[in-house]
Amino acid sequence: MIRRIVFGLTLVMGAWACSSDDSPGSGSDGFDRSALLINWADNIIIPAYEAYAASLAKLTTAENQFTINLSVQNLEELRTAWLEAYIAWQHVSMFEIGKAEELTLRDFTNIFPANAAEIESSISSGVPPFNLELPSSRDEQGFPALDYLLFGIADNDEDIVDQFRQDAKYGIYLSQVVTRLNSLTNEVLDDWKDEFRDEFVENNGSTAGSSVNKLVNDYMFYYEKALRAGKIGIPAGVFSTSPLSDRVEGLYSKKYSKVLFEAALQATIDFFNGKHFDGAGTGPGLNTYLAFLNTITEGENLATAINSQFTKAQSTSGLLKDSFFDEVETNNTAMLGAYNELQAVVPLMKVDMFTALNIRVDFVDADGD
Amino acid sequence: MPWINTYLHNTTKAAPLAAFRIFFGAMMFLSIVRFWSYGWIEKFYIEPKFFFSYYGFEFVKPLGEYTYLLFILCGLSALAVCLGYRYRLAIITFFLSFTYIELMDKTTYLNHYYFISLLSFLMIFLPANAYFSLDAKRNPGIAFQYIPSWSVDAIKLLLGIVYFYAGLAKLNSDWLIEAMPLKLWLPSSYDLPLLGALLQKTWVIYLFSWSGAVYDLCIPFLLLWNKTRWMAFALVVTFHVLTGALFPIGMFPYIMIVSTTIFFNPDLHERFLAGLAKLCRTRKQVFDNGRKMTTKLITAGRPKLTVLVVFFMLQLIFPFRHLAYPGELFWTEEGYRFSWRVMLMEKVGYAHFKIVDGVTEHQFYIDNTDFLTPLQEKQMATQPDFVIQYAHFLKEHCEKQGYQQVQVYTDSYVALNGRRNQPFIDPKVNLAALHDSFQHKNWILPFNDEIKGL
Repeated sequence: MIRRIVFGLTLVMGAWACSSDDSPGSGSDGFDRSALLINWADNIIIPAYEAYAASLAKLTTAENQFTINLSVQNLEELRTAWLEAYIAWQHVSMFEIGKAEELTLRDFTNIFPANAAEIESSISSGVPPFNLELPSSRDEQGFPALDYLLFGIADNDEDIVDQFRQDAKYGIYLSQVVTRLNSLTNEVLDDWKDEFRDEFVENNGSTAGSSVNKLVNDYMFYYEKALRAGKIGIPAGVFSTSPLSDRVEGLYSKKYSKVLFEAALQATIDFFNGKHFDGAGTGPGLNTYLAFLNTITEGENLATAINSQFTKAQSTSGLLKDSFFDEVETNNTAMLGAYNELQAVVPLMKVDMFTALNIRVDFVDADGD
Repeated sequence: MPWINTYLHNTTKAAPLAAFRIFFGAMMFLSIVRFWSYGWIEKFYIEPKFFFSYYGFEFVKPLGEYTYLLFILCGLSALAVCLGYRYRLAIITFFLSFTYIELMDKTTYLNHYYFISLLSFLMIFLPANAYFSLDAKRNPGIAFQYIPSWSVDAIKLLLGIVYFYAGLAKLNSDWLIEAMPLKLWLPSSYDLPLLGALLQKTWVIYLFSWSGAVYDLCIPFLLLWNKTRWMAFALVVTFHVLTGALFPIGMFPYIMIVSTTIFFNPDLHERFLAGLAKLCRTRKQVFDNGRKMTTKLITAGRPKLTVLVVFFMLQLIFPFRHLAYPGELFWTEEGYRFSWRVMLMEKVGYAHFKIVDGVTEHQFYIDNTDFLTPLQEKQMATQPDFVIQYAHFLKEHCEKQGYQQVQVYTDSYVALNGRRNQPFIDPKVNLAALHDSFQHKNWILPFNDEIKGL
């Protein structure tokens, strides 16, 4: 009975729709979410992971070279490879979905600053192989741990190399951290290539668990927590009574926090605009999705507003010193200013964009009215 | 007034109310099982660190692990209602346990749940176990084939109020002229078979808006009238199945479809019960004793009627209480709940809280996810009474941490029905110094637009 009525009603409405003559280009076609997902997967996410994995392979080579032949020059090369991989990481960090979510990739890759005391105690009292699998060891590995090992274990480069010479366990620890970064990343990349890509693209529905809803939630979470708060807000003391300069990204190398931040901000902007990872073109993105929905609600173009706020955030943060540590210590107002511009994106996205896309906040699968 | 007397002494077959009781109990039992199976007891009532209380019901809190017992009690009492076993005790237990659950955290407020609470309260006073129940079987003294007409009509009236008031609430410019919030909601169901493509079309969205309003306003009358009843029921089924497919509204569509069967002639219910009797290897005829329960016969009939009259008067007046408040109802939500305003708003908000130590003048922002679940944060950000309660919680929390004379400020933004976000709460007001009340909250910033209508 129920089915027959619904079917009947649908037929009536279908007939009605076919007889009505919509003018072409009046936005009567649905937005192609599949094309959006394909663009995300094939032109952004997978190429970004491939580039990241390749940079990690280079990191491994540099690390091998260094541990075999401990020298200041090899340390310099290892540092270069580390920075390159760390920047490449900023392009995939926001995609905490599928295998990356399952493995909690971000937590094992970039909880900063590294817990130097724990690393030291592992090296001095632990017996290799070190256990880096435990959730409690998250702040003893990943890029921040390398940051500590390559920049923080002694005061100058000679002494750092010397430290590796004197205690082979430093080298073992270093290798293990690099190996673990590689294995986690390859697991995620392989999964994308094996089956997750198709699963991701085919899950083009509109339920809470659909790919668009999930990834946009992940993206928002990343922007708020990892980028806005993690890289700027927390060190600037937004969430504490006083600034916390020792919470910057790349604390031990000191000078790279801005490079890392800018790479991350650019990656989030590019993702918003559906820009291909190789920079060669653009495809459907959140910006075009919003523009499409505007044709229904006839509202202002939200994508333009979001992009112009992104630009403001970029230009304000562009004035910061290369070392956020120094900036927090000497000129924290500038940090707070950058934070405010980053913060101003949040209501535009979390309120206006989520409304427009009709995306519910993360995993709220409760009933509604 | 003689007609009242005549009406009060009219009797009707008890089958519709008995069938209703069976449906209701079964639906409630299933709802509880469903709620449990989704892990929602844990997620909504055990995991959160903080719960949003209804004004005046701050003492109603989840019971930790014992919350499961509360749900067991609620589920078993629903089952007992269904069977008509110790009905009065069962329905009172159900009403109390269900309402307690709803009062534990207003984050999960739904009009449907309120409806269930009201309905179960009403059913306490109805002889729903007089027919086709274990009670009636065990104790022929309370078994009646006929019951006062008003006891069936009371349920029809409540259903009618729900629909009609929901219809009245739709008579506003956002719903009718802007087709909001359906313009935001419907296009995202593009993947629905057959309908998906249509939901992208403006005229379809308007059709849904307008027919939704007309449906709500007319359906009680169409159900009451013999000639239109079957058509009306077909509409009920279509409407609720459609809304069930389009929106995440859980069991509600099925509860409403099943509830409206009470409008049918008793013959239908008797046929249904006869079929059910066969399934249960019993005979419906056992209950066909020809006895009439008159209003007089109901013990302490008069207070019961008084309760019902007061109950319905309240139902008629209460949804209009927003008229006592200035400002836009959708924006302030002063008088929004408990008034059948269903699916009228897409409201999304964001609130960033700043703590200031009044002595050291140190200040910092709060990460809401430290204290609230995503659902709680979502609800909090758009509803002023949540905001103030949360602000007080933050004050207490920070004072426990050693901060002194804590002040709480919020930067908050809300987007209502597709409008761009606007500042919501006055950022200069120290929320910790205010107290929640039923008075107008003058610290809500004005809404920079107008929504005309009821």
